[in-house]
Amino acid sequence: MEHAVREEQGSIVVSFKGDVDLEHSPKAREVLLQCVAGGQDVFVDLSAVSYIDSSGVASLVEAFQASKKQGTRFALVAVNEAALRVLELARLDKVFTIHKTLSEGIRGST
Amino acid sequence: MPEYQSKRLLQLRFPARASELKRTRDAIREAVEGCGCSAKSTGDIVLAIDEACQNIIRHAYRGDSDNVIEIEIEHRGDRLVFSLADQAPAIDPSLIKPRNLDDIRPGGLGTHFIRRVMDEVEFLKPASGSGNLLKMVRRID
Repeated sequence: MEHAVREEQGSIVVSFKGDVDLEHSPKAREVLLQCVAGGQDVFVDLSAVSYIDSSGVASLVEAFQASKKQGTRFALVAVNEAALRVLELARLDKVFTIHKTLSEGIRGST
Repeated sequence: MPEYQSKRLLQLRFPARASELKRTRDAIREAVEGCGCSAKSTGDIVLAIDEACQNIIRHAYRGDSDNVIEIEIEHRGDRLVFSLADQAPAIDPSLIKPRNLDDIRPGGLGTHFIRRVMDEVEFLKPASGSGNLLKMVRRID
């Protein structure tokens, strides 16, 4: 798994690439919680995630709950089919805010 | 019930480590793809078996170790039969339950994924008398 963090129009964009699995989800969790703790809105780009398991989903849920607690936005963007299927199985596709594109997400948050 | 000839598609034996799981998933995907499963079903099956392996690593062996996980996949008629064996102390299957999904919290989804994806999930007594044997069955679609 690789990740990248950048700032765009006042929001933080975290992009993951590869497999967010048991081996790599501790890193994903750390990155996500750090980004949320910065106090800005966070968008997580999942377009290049080839696989996500329950531990990866748990990292997303934890960051989502931390942002909710502090009143900032947390959304998923460009979720590919494989990742969306896992969110559907977990019935989390209706819990997370999911935008088709990053620009759609950022537009919605301004 | 009709008797089907059983064809072994995969037999794997690997150390119970998170770093082994990607390679394992790739092998499972390759084996299942050749049976006429749809891409969606293949993805679901790979996820379910991966989650079952994670349960062994995290709960049965209590973390990464050199202990062994064995996976066997058989094609029987219109079904795929998956067997996962470990040598950990015997677990109590009644304690392994999927959690309520309305309770939004991190963790506890693995068992839910397994139950959603597989048509049958059963803990059996291993022939060797020690460890755990998880049998899962999925119709090919």
